[in-house]
Amino acid sequence: MIRKLTFAAALLAATALAGAANAKTFVYCSEASPEGFDPGLYTGGNTFDASAHPVYNRLLEFKKGTTEVEPGLAESYEVSDDGLQYTFKLRQGVKFQTTDFFTPTREFNADDVIFSFERPWKEDNPWHKYVEGASWEYFAGMGMPELLDKIEKVDDHTVRFTLKRKEAPFLANVAMPFASILSKEYADKLQADGKMNQMNQMPLGTGPFTFVGYQQDAVIRYKANPDYWGGKQPIDDLVFAITTDAAVRYQKLKAGECHLMPYPNAADVASMKADPSLKISEQEGLNVAYLAYNATQAPFDKVEVRKALNMAINKQAIVDAVFQGAATPAKNPIPPTMWSYNDAIEDDKYDPEAAKAALEAAGVKDLSMKVWAMPVARPYMLNARRAAELIQSDFDKIGVKVEIVSYEWAEYLDKSKAKDRDGAVILGWTGDNGDPDNFLDTLLGCDAVGGNNRAQWCNKEFDDLVTKAKEASDQAERTKLYEEAQVVFKREAPWATLDHSLAIVPMRKEVQGFVQSPLGDFTFDGVDLAE
Amino acid sequence: MLRFLLRRLAVLIPTFIGVSIIAFSFIRMLPGDPVALLSGERVMSPERHAEISHQLGFDRPIVIQYLDYLWGVLRGDFGTSISTKGSVLEQFLQLFPATLELSICAIIVAIVLGIPAGIFAAIKRGSFFDQSVMGAALVGYSMPIFWWGLLLIILFSGILQWTPVSGRISLMFFFPQVTGFMLIDSLLSGQEGAFKSAVSHLILPTIVLATIPLAVIARQTRSAMLEVLGEDYVRTARAKGLSPFRVVGVHALRNAMIPVITTIGLQVGVLMAGAILTETIFSWPGIGKWMVDSVFRRDYPVIQGGLLIIAGIIMLVNLVVDLLYGLINPRIRH
Amino acid sequence: MVQTTAIEPVSLDPSRRRRLADFWYYFSENRGAVIGLWVFVILVALALLAPLIAPHAPNAQYRDAVLLPPVWLDGGNAGYLLGTDAVGRDMLSRLLYGARFSLFIGVVVTTLALVGGIVVGVFAGYVGGWVDTVIMRVMDIILAFPSLLLALVLVAVLGPGLTNAMIAIALVLQPHFVRLTRAAVMAEKSREYVIAARVAGAGPMRLMFRTILPNCMAPLIVQATLSFSNAILDAAALGFLGMGAQPPTPEWGTMLAEAREFILRAWWVVTFPGLAILITVLAINLMGDGLRDALDPKLKRS
Repeated sequence: MIRKLTFAAALLAATALAGAANAKTFVYCSEASPEGFDPGLYTGGNTFDASAHPVYNRLLEFKKGTTEVEPGLAESYEVSDDGLQYTFKLRQGVKFQTTDFFTPTREFNADDVIFSFERPWKEDNPWHKYVEGASWEYFAGMGMPELLDKIEKVDDHTVRFTLKRKEAPFLANVAMPFASILSKEYADKLQADGKMNQMNQMPLGTGPFTFVGYQQDAVIRYKANPDYWGGKQPIDDLVFAITTDAAVRYQKLKAGECHLMPYPNAADVASMKADPSLKISEQEGLNVAYLAYNATQAPFDKVEVRKALNMAINKQAIVDAVFQGAATPAKNPIPPTMWSYNDAIEDDKYDPEAAKAALEAAGVKDLSMKVWAMPVARPYMLNARRAAELIQSDFDKIGVKVEIVSYEWAEYLDKSKAKDRDGAVILGWTGDNGDPDNFLDTLLGCDAVGGNNRAQWCNKEFDDLVTKAKEASDQAERTKLYEEAQVVFKREAPWATLDHSLAIVPMRKEVQGFVQSPLGDFTFDGVDLAE
Repeated sequence: MLRFLLRRLAVLIPTFIGVSIIAFSFIRMLPGDPVALLSGERVMSPERHAEISHQLGFDRPIVIQYLDYLWGVLRGDFGTSISTKGSVLEQFLQLFPATLELSICAIIVAIVLGIPAGIFAAIKRGSFFDQSVMGAALVGYSMPIFWWGLLLIILFSGILQWTPVSGRISLMFFFPQVTGFMLIDSLLSGQEGAFKSAVSHLILPTIVLATIPLAVIARQTRSAMLEVLGEDYVRTARAKGLSPFRVVGVHALRNAMIPVITTIGLQVGVLMAGAILTETIFSWPGIGKWMVDSVFRRDYPVIQGGLLIIAGIIMLVNLVVDLLYGLINPRIRH
Repeated sequence: MVQTTAIEPVSLDPSRRRRLADFWYYFSENRGAVIGLWVFVILVALALLAPLIAPHAPNAQYRDAVLLPPVWLDGGNAGYLLGTDAVGRDMLSRLLYGARFSLFIGVVVTTLALVGGIVVGVFAGYVGGWVDTVIMRVMDIILAFPSLLLALVLVAVLGPGLTNAMIAIALVLQPHFVRLTRAAVMAEKSREYVIAARVAGAGPMRLMFRTILPNCMAPLIVQATLSFSNAILDAAALGFLGMGAQPPTPEWGTMLAEAREFILRAWWVVTFPGLAILITVLAINLMGDGLRDALDPKLKRS
């Protein structure tokens, strides 16, 4: 009856995925194991995809497919006139998940919110160091400890945050995965049982999916939360099949062993598009790759030199060779999916002749420089080596000799910060919260020199604009300021902006309702499978 | 026998301490800062960096760190992973069955095919069979297995679509981990098709991992057999008119097996090295892949804990092999 | 140590010539070994002549010829006999230059391991006592780790790159030489000819390296060929894991790692580098077998 046992397995898998009438299982071939299940402790996007998004909710959520925030566990919020107080009205009747390991006795309220924020914030909170090495990376990274003054419970369903200074991006921060709301009741029980570690192994929240089990480095399982305040999900079971190799993910997708996968190999995209059983969604990712000159070192302290070099780089060639077209050349330091992106700006034209002339006019001859190439693939730059080689041959055409250097990743990040660093650095950034401040001020502000500002570039005009935009609470006003800042950036050219990668999401034809997030998250609420 | 065992143990302990020192000090010499890696592209403030280093104990004198570590190891505490913040030993125990299952299958394949092939090749010395077996063994022995794995994937998973590409079992099967061995757990689960699925996932990784041990065992068996077959007592037995099978089965085999057993014991290290590559290629959730990932993540505690546990296992296996050897060949004991 | 020329009697006497002839006789008996030798000679020639015969520079990128298949397939181009890779580099040229790297790795690693191993081994064997114990314990410690894992961590410590990969591999291969040398030295130490040499007033250095060592070369030579092929394999494996030679170096393992993402689209970028590794290693192992057979009778005779 059955020739090959593997054939039988394939057959079984096929029938399973076709959706037996009673249970719909959605399989996602995720790219890496989650670091853990407590979203506060980690920074990896794949960790959030496995914890914050399926299991938890936040006070505010990102509206699907955008970088704007909308109400989540908070139904509404008010900002005081001085811009320092944010009062959140909490949603009522929200139940925490009921699981094998915990049955909640009360609904979500203000205590849970306060617990969730005090945990990473207050060092005397018993949960502050509940796992060894807990560093609350994102909470600290987004500057929350310096920003928060106090959090008060006004009543069971009202919470008020007071900030130390005006900061418009705060609202976007609250919607980020690290700000997920945990159950204080569950936490108290774990603490009483002396099993605090379990918070990081068996998560429990208010989200659309309930955690079922995790087999290390292999599979994570969830089932739809029947009590979800947003209604039960159309699928019954959600499975993450951890598959680190992109070629293997593609194989599994083709074989019907999973329904959707992240980060395909650029080389495979064409054949995916041709496959009638697959479809593809694509969007610019919330990222940018750049080549940062050291604006404090001669001759790169001259705008004309930086401009000339920028003209010599064939960005399209980089996009083609490194991404096989799955990226767009970048002209601005923020991606086009972000609000306030200034599309009126014109990019430097690729023109080796003009670049050579401009370099001569600037009095630079026989220039040789270092170009730093990252040792790892990042979403915004899949192969920095390859890009560096292309830049090397581009610069060679205008008489600039390039030596490519590289270091181990942590060392690379560290050494490239140095103010007296020799050479231009290939690096990039993936946005955290969709706020332009998170790119423009974080990467190019004067405060970031010697840190995230790898160009070591401090320009008063630019810095004033982004600082003003950070403090303004009116979105239209902020947009105008950021647009202006991008003009200054282009004029001064501290970076050669290289590319924004396209996030390409291949999935099987039967997948419905998946909305790609510009933030790069993979969320499966609202996803369905056609019969 | 007991004295032999004690003497071997007396050698083992200083070696183990040496291994722990090496594992520990290597890791401290790794360039790159695991604390800084926690925040990726985002730069960490020096104060926070100092605070986290302090939390992780990296700011203490290295000797204290080492003694503390050794004391922990003696109590079964191999530290906490920096990236996942979970216990190293727990992670090891979770992942080890996958590697063990794969290694056992590979060594069984290698023994079951390698020993008979070697014996027949020796008996039919110079025949076509002998030449092809030894030719194949030499190719296997020379094989870059990471490439071999890729070729098998292209052929069997890509073109023919006979075997799954990676993982340990089809996702439709979900059952509790009892032993951690997918073959056994799938049988215990009683779910139809689960065992078949587990087997089909095992085939390609087993072939890849078995390649080198199989070649080595076949070659070793053949040469050990040839040596024994050339000795006087075997010739005498033959001359007495005993059937060739009896000669081989009773007299030659037992003596030929001594070096073969040593060879098999030595394959444990080969298997671990092979597992690193095989698991990487097939996304097999085991120790080899765990170690490679940890090296790239600069996860100090995992690398040093993993090195130490793996070295410990290999040393133990070697001890067992030595003991077996002593049992078979009493001359060695004194 | 320097005044050695005085008694150098055996250099080209008939017995040595006969031994060489003997050796060649046994070696050429083994058909595989001869084939291996020829393949190896061809590989060496290709590697040496790579700049002359390679149709393109190994790192030259032809951006209008990306991922071209080999010439005998549809879409192939006679300018690129074995096709091109993802950035339009000629596969054949890269493979030819790659031969240089692999052979270079083999030579350097084997030399390092052999010389280091001999020095340490002779020392341990000759001196004996606690020095010997300590040295052998350290070797045990190194051997307690799976070699590739140890090399991987070592390279991570030293920093990824070809030089460091070679150092790491030499270090993990070297205990085998130490053990062999030490065992041989221990065995020879109490032999009559050694005692005779000592009585005749030979210093310890001379005794160790000129009297004892030449008499235990055979197993070392066999081990050296083994190490040669192991070094090539391990270096390729490290390259494959991203810890060996760094791109754009046309080292075969590194080429494989770079090619992995094209496995389903362009089989030639995956197949050829691996095939090159296999052929090289196979040739060396064939020679190694022949060497062992040829040296073995003498081992027994002595």
